[in-house]
Amino acid sequence: MKTRTARRRKSDSSGRSAKLWQLRLYVAGQTPKSLTAFGNLKQICENHLKDRYRIEVIDLLEQPHLSKGDQILAIPTLVRKLPPPVRKIIGDLSDTERVLVGLDLRPAE
Amino acid sequence: MKNNGSKSTSPAACLPKCPTGIRGLDEITGGGLPRGRPTLVCGGAGCGKTLLAAEFLVRGAMQFGEPGVFMSFEETEAELKGNVALLGFDLASLVRRKKILLDHVYIERSEIQETGEYDLEGLFVRLNHAIDAIGAKRVVLDTLEALFAGLPNEAILRAELRRLFRWLKNKGVTAVISAESGREHLTRHGLEEYVSDCVIVLDHRINEQIATRHLRVVKYRGSPHGTNEYPFLIGDDGISVLPITSLGLNHTASSARISTGIKRLDAMLGGQGFFRGSSILLTGTPGTGKTSTAAFFAQAAARRGERALYFAFEESPSQIMRNMRSIGLRLEPWVKRGSLRFHSARPTLYCLEMHLATMYREIETFQPSVVVLDPMTSLLVAGSESETKAMVTRLIDCLKSQQISSLFTSLTHAGNPLHQSEIAISSLMDAWLLLQDIEGNGERNRVLYVLKARGMSHSNQSREFLISHRGIDLVDAYVGPGGVLTGAARAAQSARDKAEALASQQEAARRRRELERKRAALERQIAALRSEYEAEEEELRRLGEQVATRTRVVTAERTELARLRQADAAVASRARYDHKPKDKKR
Repeated sequence: MKTRTARRRKSDSSGRSAKLWQLRLYVAGQTPKSLTAFGNLKQICENHLKDRYRIEVIDLLEQPHLSKGDQILAIPTLVRKLPPPVRKIIGDLSDTERVLVGLDLRPAE
Repeated sequence: MKNNGSKSTSPAACLPKCPTGIRGLDEITGGGLPRGRPTLVCGGAGCGKTLLAAEFLVRGAMQFGEPGVFMSFEETEAELKGNVALLGFDLASLVRRKKILLDHVYIERSEIQETGEYDLEGLFVRLNHAIDAIGAKRVVLDTLEALFAGLPNEAILRAELRRLFRWLKNKGVTAVISAESGREHLTRHGLEEYVSDCVIVLDHRINEQIATRHLRVVKYRGSPHGTNEYPFLIGDDGISVLPITSLGLNHTASSARISTGIKRLDAMLGGQGFFRGSSILLTGTPGTGKTSTAAFFAQAAARRGERALYFAFEESPSQIMRNMRSIGLRLEPWVKRGSLRFHSARPTLYCLEMHLATMYREIETFQPSVVVLDPMTSLLVAGSESETKAMVTRLIDCLKSQQISSLFTSLTHAGNPLHQSEIAISSLMDAWLLLQDIEGNGERNRVLYVLKARGMSHSNQSREFLISHRGIDLVDAYVGPGGVLTGAARAAQSARDKAEALASQQEAARRRRELERKRAALERQIAALRSEYEAEEEELRRLGEQVATRTRVVTAERTELARLRQADAAVASRARYDHKPKDKKR
């Protein structure tokens, strides 16, 4: 069911027009990198996904057991939970172009 | 497997060690890996890195009460469980009991987009969480190099790895990090740069189509260690590293004696057979009865109520049993009763180390008092001469330390009974029997010598070795001016001897009879002489009487005549009377 949905969405421009974007940002404490990443993410979402997104920030120092579920190694990591497929973007999201490519909001050249 | 773990003879007490529990590895490292520090295990594909790491954890959890975390970058939890289950480790149960925590880290480069600065804090958090969850003392990272494939920024990665190892040290866990071996460095990505306390290299080499794994401790900071390359193998119960001189020469020697199963052979060995726990070499050309002798030796042990283990490298158990039936030796009942066990394997089946480990295990499980290797020389196929010698040395060490008597048969080629390899190995042996063919008169006969038997008086003679449907018998060989005679020649010679003896007996009787006859003849002669003498004596007596009578008569006549003549012839007659007997005597 899920895969079929995913395929269909992929066909109509890879879910760019999905209703809800669920994004999860993994951080470990309030480090400068984490704060930068959150700031960058917020900016990108406001610009491209206005009113269509939800950001969940998970601090692994508080919930270390959650690192396993999304196979988190690098911090910070942004995971696109919805729309499928799951995508991972690591780093402080300072390279906006690559974030957009990574989130599939812009096709890679 | 447990007994080796505590056998650390190294004086390196300064550095705390973490015993691996892996057979032999703790001996080489003098007690184990450096406690609280990371150890790098590197090697090519299929060397057993993952297995070594897994065994380190499992044994730590089972034997030393140290829980462990296995962080795998390659295999999933289910795969890991399956892989080590082959070695008899129940990983699933250890995981359930929270002794071991498996964590599969999955990295897929295609799913990851890099967008700026990052670090690997997620990995640290995750590892930290896993360690704290079960109170782990041991950590395995297998293999970190997957990170290089998954994460594009090597500069960040290297900095993070350096931090990781420092972090592991601070955490106080004993870690094993595996890595692929590289061309220029020990590892493909130069991990040895970060892990510098202990480096172990594994290697899998093929020599003459037989693969042997080797282990070498390249570096062990702050501790002496065995520097050689040690063969190791992966058996049914994990990894065994086999140091060549695993045991000192300090086994106790029993003075109890055990029978060889052949009465006359016992007699040749001071009447009581071999010492218990001694190693015996039996060399012989093909078809001289080595296997038969070995089978009798094994059966004798079974008869005494002990257990015998028979390693056959050329024949199957049923073939040996069938063949032994033909010489009146029934082995099946002993096998059924469980006092005799055969273990047949082709020498080329696996490498020498595997053979040795298999034997160790068989010996450990069966607990025999007698072990037979038939024929030892077959093992030369599986390794070089020096390797075979080293292997036999270790086997003998193992057997002697457990007071197990061992018989090794060794095939030699006709005309060259003291082959090089036997000489090399014979010095390890306490007793050496030699079976030989003697050819002559259109037949072959077997002869047995005791070449040496340490610590006991033994016969220096060769015996003819007879194999019949009743079993083995030893017969004094004929040693005469014509050399040693056996078989029909011996029989012919003894017949000849018998005939000669008979002839000389008859000759003696004949001479006795002749002498008797001579004596009788002489006696007869003596009797005749005596009778002749007696006759003469009688005649003489008679003659004397006659003379006296005659004299008396003559005197009477003279007297009468004188009286008649009345002449004074008294003087004259007396004179004549004196004269006459003189003539008579003459």
